[in-house]
Amino acid sequence: MNIIDRRLNPQGKSLANRQRFLRRARAQIVKAVREASGSRSIQDIGNGEKISIPMDGLRESSFHRAAKGGIRDHVVPGNKEFVEGDRIKKPEEEGGEGGGQGSPDGEGQDDFAFVLSKEEFLDIFLDDLELPDLVKKKMKQTDSTTPMRAGYSVTGSPANINIVRTMRNSLSRRIALRRPKPAELAELEAEIRALEESGLDPEQLSVLRLEFDRLVAKSKRVPYIDPLDVRYSRFEHVPRPITQAVMFCLMDVSGSMTEHMKDLAKRFFMLLFLFLSRRYRHVDVVFIRHTHEAEEVDEDTFFYSTETGGTVVSTALVEMEKVIKDRYPVGDWNIYCAQASDGDNTSSDNAKTAGLLEDVILPACQYFAYIEVGAEYKDWLGRDSDLWRTYKQVVKPGGHLAMRRVRVRSQIFPVFRDLFAKERHDSTTWAAGGEGP
Amino acid sequence: MTGTTTDTPQADTPLFVGADWDFDKVWRVYDAVEDIAKGELGLVTYPNQIEVITAEQMLDAYSSIGMPLMYKHWSFGKRFAQDETLYRKGMRGLAYEIVINSSPCISYIMEENSMAMQTLVIAHAAFGHNHFFRNNGLFRQWTDAKGILDYMEFAKGYVAHCEERHGHQAVERVLDAAHALMSHGVHKYPRKRTPDLADEERRAAERRAYQEQMYNDLWRTVPKAAATRQGSQELAERKRRLGLPEENLLYFLEKMAPKLAPWQRELIRIVRKISQYFYPQKQTKMMNEGCATFTHYTIVNRLHEKGLLSDGAMLEILHSHTAVVFQPDFDDRRYSGINPYALGFNMMSDIRRICEAPTPEDRAWFPDFAGNGDPYGTLRQAWADYRDESFVLQYLSPALIRKMRLFKIHDVAENPEMEVTAIHNERGYREVRKSLARSYDIAHLEPDIQIVDVDLAGDRRLIVHHLVENGMLLDEDEAIRVLRHMANLWGYEVRLVEIESATEAVLKTYEDVAPTGAM
Repeated sequence: MNIIDRRLNPQGKSLANRQRFLRRARAQIVKAVREASGSRSIQDIGNGEKISIPMDGLRESSFHRAAKGGIRDHVVPGNKEFVEGDRIKKPEEEGGEGGGQGSPDGEGQDDFAFVLSKEEFLDIFLDDLELPDLVKKKMKQTDSTTPMRAGYSVTGSPANINIVRTMRNSLSRRIALRRPKPAELAELEAEIRALEESGLDPEQLSVLRLEFDRLVAKSKRVPYIDPLDVRYSRFEHVPRPITQAVMFCLMDVSGSMTEHMKDLAKRFFMLLFLFLSRRYRHVDVVFIRHTHEAEEVDEDTFFYSTETGGTVVSTALVEMEKVIKDRYPVGDWNIYCAQASDGDNTSSDNAKTAGLLEDVILPACQYFAYIEVGAEYKDWLGRDSDLWRTYKQVVKPGGHLAMRRVRVRSQIFPVFRDLFAKERHDSTTWAAGGEGP
Repeated sequence: MTGTTTDTPQADTPLFVGADWDFDKVWRVYDAVEDIAKGELGLVTYPNQIEVITAEQMLDAYSSIGMPLMYKHWSFGKRFAQDETLYRKGMRGLAYEIVINSSPCISYIMEENSMAMQTLVIAHAAFGHNHFFRNNGLFRQWTDAKGILDYMEFAKGYVAHCEERHGHQAVERVLDAAHALMSHGVHKYPRKRTPDLADEERRAAERRAYQEQMYNDLWRTVPKAAATRQGSQELAERKRRLGLPEENLLYFLEKMAPKLAPWQRELIRIVRKISQYFYPQKQTKMMNEGCATFTHYTIVNRLHEKGLLSDGAMLEILHSHTAVVFQPDFDDRRYSGINPYALGFNMMSDIRRICEAPTPEDRAWFPDFAGNGDPYGTLRQAWADYRDESFVLQYLSPALIRKMRLFKIHDVAENPEMEVTAIHNERGYREVRKSLARSYDIAHLEPDIQIVDVDLAGDRRLIVHHLVENGMLLDEDEAIRVLRHMANLWGYEVRLVEIESATEAVLKTYEDVAPTGAM
């Protein structure tokens, strides 16, 4: 008998099967995920998700008899009152009584429920979305490069000496040229000394001395390390792709923004964050709120504390510009900006806002999304808000400013998808490419 | 234990105390169990290999139909997702063990089990199932315990290789189709050997000699058969060449489908081999479980008598044992057919009773072994020579029918009422026993589907017959889906006709199903 402990064997043996299963059910799963995300709060979206999909395409059919029809005999246990010849009324449709003949699978598995892991869920959730203008223009500059190993060279700075390689060369050269080993020399020397002390065999002694001198001379001729042996590690400077992004969240927190509007804005911001963090190794988030003046705050303050005051949008843009200058050099960071507002702005500020946006903010940004949130039950009266009209002047084909309106929660995800869906490359709101290499 | 217990020497200390297990204890228990299994029950087993696994690995093993090695397919992923969901919700516990019919016989035990459960599992799987696998005639005839793991290794590698070479989708299409026909991919009888030339000549000579012997000039005067017979002769010849009718659908498709590439045939063959490997298990589920349950029950009782098992551990084992052999009545909400563990265990315990303390009734019904005093020898013979159907037919005793209060219901679809046709009385025993045996006969459980004709020179339409028994037709939706798979493999149209086997009346004809694209 053998006992084998298999507990430490690699886990997830069925992973390959699971992937095949997910691929097979992809269409249904994508649909289910979309539906699930509509009804779910944004916080939970990152967690695993139990979804239920229809069985189409997942059936494993086989030839088997229908559950009904024909003449059947059953033998069942637990007779209490029946005698031979008794007649039993058949149970109503689908009654299990008396029927030992359960239908062998097939029936009754119309929906199939299982749990998707967080990764799988997000993969599908954000599947056909793509970051606009993913390649940073500034990447052509070589100021952010990273050294990459590129083999060895015979020249280089002493700091880069590759000792292993050097010693290997030296060793092979020493062997090839038969440089006497220190141990050999020491042995010979000891032998000479012993002969000298005993004085027994002067002839042998002189032979040994000659030999010793020859070896010493040879080891001087064949150096331990020759400049020929030396190798340097070689590095090449490779432009470093920028894998960090900063996301600016701009929000109007003046009195006109209701809780509902903030909630919509928050959802949008979180989606954007989730999305960015899957594309970049590192994502910073900067929260800037504004009334008639703007300040950078932490997340809690941003969403939950109220401020009163007027509404001057340009202050937020100025603040953003300042933060970019201080901490996020345009060359090193992918900059995304999402602004949420109910569309109010002091009329006198419109021109300044438009100017700032066009001249300063947009050139620095990869993408600027403006979300205008509205009250849930209020229809737009067909009249554009101040800010909407202002931004509209700036929007141009090929730019990276996008604007959308959102009124209810369920619109958030569609709007988000609409902004980032892959097919949108050639739309009028913005066109990616063009500038990228 | 009900048997007579001679004075058993009592061990000073039990083999283990407490719930925790470690490898030492498993060794000790294994040795003690082996003593009883080999020494007292006379079991003959393959060498054992016990593997400790985690719950997740158990789920893994579940989803790949219990094989330690399996090729990749989405349906296993689906099964895993299903099992996992149920398990995580707590709706279903995991089996305590899985055992594989291989040599060495691999039994999985879960690390979560207590030591008492490990004891039970070792007795149940490593000796009960193992003995059955090793000795039952069906397994000996149909499966190659030594080769199965190597074959699965090959299958896994081959499927992976095909996926790499021909793409996931192409492989998936073939496997899907083959899986749909899996239950109709077994040889139920040993195939006819193709006679070699010498054999053929010898037979021809015999035939000639016979004809010469039987020659009667009178036959010359009988008019020749009409020319109309010509057609049917051609048909018969065609069928003979193709080996039709053929009930092993996968085999026929593998050998005859005109459009399949060699690797596709090999994939079908793999599925067919696996199906064939599991065919004995389908036919002996009740006996196999009964054998294992009876074995573990006997062994743990003996361990307890010898003082090797503490009372606490024994109670835990009995608790689990009773849950396993519980048989709810037909009107119980928990009823879902006859529990194979319960019936198997009851029948085998009953056989022991008949061997040891028979009643006059038993002597009348089972004259050949009643009171022979050798219950284990009798059982070993039953385990070796029978399958579920024949085992019930041979060994189900009136006493057990009474105990389980079995009765037979006759159900005709058109009638509003079902009729009780036999109960546990003198007149009913044989009828109940016959019907119960029949319900274990796989030939009656699975629809009889055969490929009957194909005109390879003509439109190549494959004609499949379902020989309907007692008016039980196929599930239509499922049948159409399977036919589509079949057409995909065959490459041309497939027609299914359901025929009443007794009268040859056509009950239902399906539309011809065309393939949905090249394989």
